[in-house]
Amino acid sequence: MAAIFTGAPPNSGPGYSFTQTPAPTSASEPRQHAFYPYTDNGGSTLGISSSTFTILAGDTRSTSGYNINTRYAPKLFHIDSADPSSRLVLSVVGFAADGEALAERLDTVVKMYRYQHGKTISVGAAAQRLSHVLYGKRFFPYYVHAILGGLDEEGKGALYSYDPVGSYEREQCRAAGAAASLIMPFLDNQVNYKNQYMAGSGVGHELQQRDPRPLERKEVEELVRDAFTSAVERHIEVGDGLQMMVITKEGVEEVYRELKKD
Amino acid sequence: MPGFDFSNHNRNAALHAQGVPLPKATSTGTTIVGCLYDGGVVIAADTRATSGPIVADKNCEKLHYISPQIWCAGAGTAADTEFTTALISSNLELHALSTGRAPRVVTCMTLLKQHLFRYQGHIGAYLVVAGVDPTGAHLFTVHAHGSTDKLPYVTMGSGSLAAMSVFETSWKRSLSRDDAVKLCADAIQAGIFNDLGSGSNVDVAKTTLMRNYITPNVREKKQRNYRFERGTTAVLAEKVIKREEISKYVTVHELGEEGVAGAAEKMDVDP
Amino acid sequence: MSSPFSINGGACVAMTGKDCVAIACDLRLGLQALTISNNFPKIFSYSPSVYLGLTGLATDVSTVADLFRYKVNMYRLREERQIAPRTFANLVSSSLYERRFGPYFVSPVVAGIDDGGKPFICGFDSIGCIDFAKDFIVSGTASDQLLGLGPEDLFETISQALLNAVDRDALSGWGAHVYIIEKDKVTKRLLKGRQD
Repeated sequence: MAAIFTGAPPNSGPGYSFTQTPAPTSASEPRQHAFYPYTDNGGSTLGISSSTFTILAGDTRSTSGYNINTRYAPKLFHIDSADPSSRLVLSVVGFAADGEALAERLDTVVKMYRYQHGKTISVGAAAQRLSHVLYGKRFFPYYVHAILGGLDEEGKGALYSYDPVGSYEREQCRAAGAAASLIMPFLDNQVNYKNQYMAGSGVGHELQQRDPRPLERKEVEELVRDAFTSAVERHIEVGDGLQMMVITKEGVEEVYRELKKD
Repeated sequence: MPGFDFSNHNRNAALHAQGVPLPKATSTGTTIVGCLYDGGVVIAADTRATSGPIVADKNCEKLHYISPQIWCAGAGTAADTEFTTALISSNLELHALSTGRAPRVVTCMTLLKQHLFRYQGHIGAYLVVAGVDPTGAHLFTVHAHGSTDKLPYVTMGSGSLAAMSVFETSWKRSLSRDDAVKLCADAIQAGIFNDLGSGSNVDVAKTTLMRNYITPNVREKKQRNYRFERGTTAVLAEKVIKREEISKYVTVHELGEEGVAGAAEKMDVDP
Repeated sequence: MSSPFSINGGACVAMTGKDCVAIACDLRLGLQALTISNNFPKIFSYSPSVYLGLTGLATDVSTVADLFRYKVNMYRLREERQIAPRTFANLVSSSLYERRFGPYFVSPVVAGIDDGGKPFICGFDSIGCIDFAKDFIVSGTASDQLLGLGPEDLFETISQALLNAVDRDALSGWGAHVYIIEKDKVTKRLLKGRQD
């Protein structure tokens, strides 16, 4: 009976919603000073792969708090651009300094591979290597959400997305960064046709799902642009410019478009 | 005002003590400015309301009507600026009716500061009060704790530094009305483009409101058409309720046909 | 994570169309990651053409829904007429602001058609600040996700917007209700959604 009247809910057992215990915030307690080495620089990226190409995109705004550091800070990096047959693009969003450091690391790694083996690294191998690079800093991570795009050995578009410590997966599409939660459902719906059924193919549970098909380059470029103009409307950290990289068998093409600057 | 209801306060304080964070109110991480000119005063505001990093309202109205010749720009907690200005507007109207005189800007400022001081900053309203009364044109700022300032040009909100930089470079002692409007609009645009908390359009008020005076951030047209073919969504059950049947779910009575007693008997219950 | 707004989960969205409005909600009631019920509608009707969507802490959702039923019943007895959407929105606003220092943990959405047959939608924060919008309003744990899609052909758009949003939110989903409100007709549909 006493437990009922203690005021605080029991910490074990089902039924309680609040698991956190009261935080001691007395002024007299010793306070620890800390150096926090990370900042969130906002922004958003996304990637879509199709049958013959991959498109990566990111906005170019860099923020801290309510301030804009710069209106043009690229989040997309062409890896080993010195090699004319390189088809790798890395996009990073989160802590910009870690992002650039990671891009540089991968650039070196891919170059070393080429020097040592005399051939360009495959996207699958680069993807696995990037995972190891990230996991190598498991206890002091690169504070980024990375997306790696390229073309696989069959010439199909390849897209890999990573968490900050190297867990990765090959996907058709992925959004990352500040506006990821705004963009991702849009991509599910418009790229993989999630929740779409073929009209008139049945009633209720008998309805047939609409099958995804490989998208045309023009369609994807339009989807990317629409995803970003929507994100700009509703997320304060996204804006200024849209950097897009289109990876085809011909090479890596960079496109820059303006976005709203408010 | 009848006053606030604190009956949930103990519950919420108990939750807070267990580490539950307080709710996020819509805040107007704002740029608001005001500027005196020869024979009048102008105030202006941006139109973005945010909830964390998400834009809650792209075109909200931060310029609040107080009386025919007094307007108030609000920053801080959106609900607080809205209700505080509405309350003071109401009290000032009653005051004007009982004295038979046009309300003064100082009176408005005093009512606001006394109200805000009473709540010791818990009402998060940061205001720029401006207007014209029989004693001339006046411009004040009122902070949430109740302090006030009287200055020829003022800025408030998260974009106040960006806006103030415009005033500090371009403000001069004698301005025409159009110059003052332009100066205020420029100051707001500095906030819109350089402060993430501010955005969208410029609202200006002299004695009349010029809603969306500048719209530099019109939404871009979409590249694609997102109209879904009818029948795209899977529906498991459908019920159409016509107006005649609506009374089954909610009581509908054409007035004058039945007695009021009938309405009371058929009062709403869960279907 | 233990914010009172994200304990029970839930999502709600309202949109305007030509001479009609739509309001939709998911059906999940959860306790953090554990789903308690897959039939917990969050839309309530207060007159033939005034609907209120409530997301947030479920206990407050029920309390507030009943509080407004009481207030609207009293309004109807006093005024001998149905409440208009705009009047109801102001009632919601002032009722929530009354509890400025002890709020209900809810994010309401109002949708309706006024006497002139014009669509009306608006949303609120938990202390009553009204967000008047021309196009659409969202609330709940999936509100970030919901903002992604644009408005067009009403039922399909609102359904697709809601379903795709809740599929990316672990705390929402398990089916959905959609109301399409026209001047003299209301169509309520139960949507097929993922049950995971």
